Amino acid sequence: MQVKEYKPLIVAFCCNWCSYAGADLAGNNRLNYPADVKIIRVPCSCRVNPMFVLRAFQRGADGVILCGCHPGDCHYTSGNYYTRRRMALLFSMLDYLGIEKERTRVEWVSAAEGAKFAATMNDFAEKVAALGENKRLEDLRCKR
Amino acid sequence: MQRIGVFVCWCGSNIAGTVDVQAVSDALAHEPGVVFSTNYQYMCSQAGQNMIKDAVAEHKLTGIVVCSCSPRMHEATFRKTAAAAGINPYMVEIANIREQCSWVHKDMQTGTEKAIILGKAAVAKVNLNTPLTPGESPVTKRALVIGGGIAGIQTALDIADAGFPVDIVEKKPTIGGKMAQLDKTFPTLDCAACILTPKMVDVAQNDKIRIFSYSEVTDVKGFVGNFDVTIKKHARYVKEDICTGCGACTEKCPMKKVPNEFNLGMDNRSAIYIPFAQAVPKVATIDPNYCNMLKNGKCGVCSKVCAAGAIDYTQKDEFIEEKYGAIVVATGFNPISMDKFDEFAYNQSKDVITSLEFERLTNAAGPTAGKLLRPSDLKHPHTIVFVQCVGSRCDACAEKGKEYCSKICCMYTAKHAMLTRDKYPDTEVYVFYIDVRTPGKNFDEFYRRAVEEYGVHYIKGMVGKVTPEGDKLKVQASDLLANKQLHIDADLVVLAAAIEPDKSARPLATMLTASMDTNDFFTEAHPKLRPVESPTAGVFLSGACQGPKDIPETVSQAGAAASKVIGLLAKDKLTGNPCVASSNELMCNGCSTCERVCPYGAITYENKEFRMPDRTTAIRRIAVVNPAVCQGCGCCTVACPSGAMDLRGFANSQIIAEVDAICK
Amino acid sequence: MQKITRDQLIEKAASLLANGTVSCVLGWQKGEFDYDITPAVFETEDELKANFVWNDFCGANFSKYLVSKTKKCEGKILVFLKPCDTYSFNQLLTEHRFDREKVYAVGIPCEGMADIAKVKAIAGDGISAIDCSGEKLAVTTIYEDAPVMIDAKDVLAERCVNCKSKKHVAYDELIGEDGDVIDSARFDEVAKIEAMTPDERFAFWQNELSRCIRCNACRDICPACTCEKCVFGNPNSSLENKSPANSFEEKMFHIIRAFHVAGRCTDCGECSRVCPQHIPLHLLNRKFIKDIDSFYGEYQAGAEVGSRAPLVNYTTDDLEPGEVFERGDN
Repeated sequence: MQVKEYKPLIVAFCCNWCSYAGADLAGNNRLNYPADVKIIRVPCSCRVNPMFVLRAFQRGADGVILCGCHPGDCHYTSGNYYTRRRMALLFSMLDYLGIEKERTRVEWVSAAEGAKFAATMNDFAEKVAALGENKRLEDLRCKR
Repeated sequence: MQRIGVFVCWCGSNIAGTVDVQAVSDALAHEPGVVFSTNYQYMCSQAGQNMIKDAVAEHKLTGIVVCSCSPRMHEATFRKTAAAAGINPYMVEIANIREQCSWVHKDMQTGTEKAIILGKAAVAKVNLNTPLTPGESPVTKRALVIGGGIAGIQTALDIADAGFPVDIVEKKPTIGGKMAQLDKTFPTLDCAACILTPKMVDVAQNDKIRIFSYSEVTDVKGFVGNFDVTIKKHARYVKEDICTGCGACTEKCPMKKVPNEFNLGMDNRSAIYIPFAQAVPKVATIDPNYCNMLKNGKCGVCSKVCAAGAIDYTQKDEFIEEKYGAIVVATGFNPISMDKFDEFAYNQSKDVITSLEFERLTNAAGPTAGKLLRPSDLKHPHTIVFVQCVGSRCDACAEKGKEYCSKICCMYTAKHAMLTRDKYPDTEVYVFYIDVRTPGKNFDEFYRRAVEEYGVHYIKGMVGKVTPEGDKLKVQASDLLANKQLHIDADLVVLAAAIEPDKSARPLATMLTASMDTNDFFTEAHPKLRPVESPTAGVFLSGACQGPKDIPETVSQAGAAASKVIGLLAKDKLTGNPCVASSNELMCNGCSTCERVCPYGAITYENKEFRMPDRTTAIRRIAVVNPAVCQGCGCCTVACPSGAMDLRGFANSQIIAEVDAICK
Repeated sequence: MQKITRDQLIEKAASLLANGTVSCVLGWQKGEFDYDITPAVFETEDELKANFVWNDFCGANFSKYLVSKTKKCEGKILVFLKPCDTYSFNQLLTEHRFDREKVYAVGIPCEGMADIAKVKAIAGDGISAIDCSGEKLAVTTIYEDAPVMIDAKDVLAERCVNCKSKKHVAYDELIGEDGDVIDSARFDEVAKIEAMTPDERFAFWQNELSRCIRCNACRDICPACTCEKCVFGNPNSSLENKSPANSFEEKMFHIIRAFHVAGRCTDCGECSRVCPQHIPLHLLNRKFIKDIDSFYGEYQAGAEVGSRAPLVNYTTDDLEPGEVFERGDN
């Protein structure tokens, strides 16, 4: 039997104005990060519903990261402040349920921080990979 | 079911170098809804766009996925292509396989695999896209300029010049701002009043411009093109339209011991006053904190001497409501308080002054009629020490001062030093600096003249302490280049105080929902490409409210803001962003949760009658989103527990489809 | 035993019906057994005298019923509110879920409600009757002639053991005396779980939540879950899911449900009371309440009408999501 090398699957929700642009800048500067990271564009980090995060885990994601503008810099003035509260509570709850806290993260990445984006993704992917597969959350039937 | 066309771009070798574009278009051809899939060298080229148009016609496409560079780059391009091909522009989704794939991954296999997944996510999203049409809203063809300094004046004049009515709201009794207090202006040394006051007169005489002086904005509602603004006109106890500005009242007023703010408290004015000779509007104002008539009903002199009968002690604050299409913020700056800088003895000696105070001391209309006399004993100072960067570029002392460079101090200090040496060659002038920053046309030449022609002593180093001793000020400083301590007995010390945004800016920003940086300077929509616009649509920035600026820069920014306003007011209708929130009334609980998180106040509630399943009717409270106000952040969609609130273009179902496609 | 008697409540209801203040009464009536008391609407004094019940099993929180009943009932509704119910009452008013003008609220003191599971643990199965009128509960079973006498304190429901308040925060009229907010130990259980290792926590919740049969009783009883249409029941939400088909779906349901009521949950404990699988669901909600209190300052949902819930509020220097794990307590 061929053993497939374990590659974590990471979903990154990026706000359109800062972090998505930061990811673009990382691209412009050819800064590498693992291909395991797949970006979903949202207008603002506050658009990310906890349901999306759980859905990603349910469908087999090994880590979910939200990136938004730095607090105070939100394109919509206050969206990321709500994100911060929502995700603080959600992550604390996931931790309470015994789900490894290293699988979730919120990071503020500005449009100028291409290097931070790449570094964040490298670090997050490494931490998630170290945890191994997300057995606690996924629905096995959804795995192909 | 959609009929989706997939177009994979090579971007020359930018994408094709790391991604097997053929494999991507082949793989995506089998995704649900996809009826056509191809790849091409440059999708954004004319040929590439024609390829899309042809495919739309040939395969009756209803949706388009372009796997290419970032949507921030070419989403608009491909939306236009779609529109030209006859399908709704919002039926286009971009899979970013360049910036976020080929450019960051080296290996062809992983790059290709990821590109396919990103393409699948885009296809999954397009399957749920719906055609969107931007809403339209009318434009009120009138602009509001908040602040009547040189920034506000120039903006108002330029807007009025294009034929649009403008109102200026100024909190002081006169327009003119800081520039009216200046003596000469660098680097040309022309007199500030000579170039400013004609502009003030232009404003007063322009029939398109109304001045609300001694007024402030107290409420802003509405949105771009349709602002409803409440202006509070403070009672000045003088009928503006009757007062001739003759000044008889100010002469006769018995209460003459009021610190004169125009001269920064260095002399006194009367309780009824006209700030300065060229004030616009040139009308008197009664200071209610000092007027005996207003305080205890005893006096009434001004009323008796006023030939025009303009005095009205019963005047009340007046609230004016007006509609505007655009708002320009020109709230300007102030020097910071010197209270925290005890080392310079500002509060201990009258002879330690700020540069703006120095400006008044050298101004012919100032407290000393333009003679350079020091405040304590009105003697001519023979040794003057200028200290630069007081409170600017503070890193360690950030709680005392500001981290930023105040930008104008190097130049005005050079000006002060030069003018002093020019007029009083017997005066020794020392300037202590961290760096001398003189970028600007003819700026460095100006500074060098001060040093080389006028013999100003420029010393690199900071002043450590100023101690008043007798009639001298002992200045202890370090000369960093000579590496020695200096002790100077000065007669006058002038502090180049950092400048900060006016205090009225923060509450105004809240009213306007315009964002600010940590220093309370207004944030621009883009630091390079949209420097005079606020991120809040319809709000524009002029002058030092956006950051420290000198006069030429302020005037050019004022003109730029005006041109943006004119561009907005010239439109009859505004088309909005169609990617806005909307509430499904059948599921809405009317619980007000969404309203509370909306940064724009776009959500209101109405009671609506519903037919219940049991054939009765019931009134239910439901949320209604104003699409012209909504900016599409989506915060409300997450706050809504029932999922009634959703965001067009980024619907719950669309994002979940993307998640599912990626996690397959 | 409750200090207020059934007769006092009937008398109050009857007089309010008679003088036209209210046109109907939301109260409790006996269900199939003495201990499964159900909510009911009474319109006449005769109905009240025949079926109205008030005893140690009247746990049901009526606040939520007002959402639909105020729309249906002509005139005002009389509702009896125990102290903890008044918090839900206020919370629903904050959310504009019913018209205050259509309700006449009578606050009644509560000595704590009995947990039938605890009663059964002492008296055994086959309970045929419970008499709550004496000092002790007299529990008759089909197996014994003599009733088992139980001290009400020994069978107090968990939520009443950790009662957070005997104070009524909303009423038009109060019967009996008002109490005080209590500094309860309601977060102790949460702290105990927090102190476990992640593996233990996972095992604990896996054991609890895997019993869920997705009957939706918790959702249906919850006074914060008043959505016109639940996301989990909406075919257009992409999240429709009506049965626990795999190991994660019931977790997702309960996390999301707790999240949706976070900052709005008054900790009334109805979810755990009605759960047929005895899952301690209140421990999820209390975790959020505990976190909110420690992250953003103490907040009691429903303490006052119109207060701004923590999740629709922020400060610029809020805790970062990454910092929640760095706090000393877990």
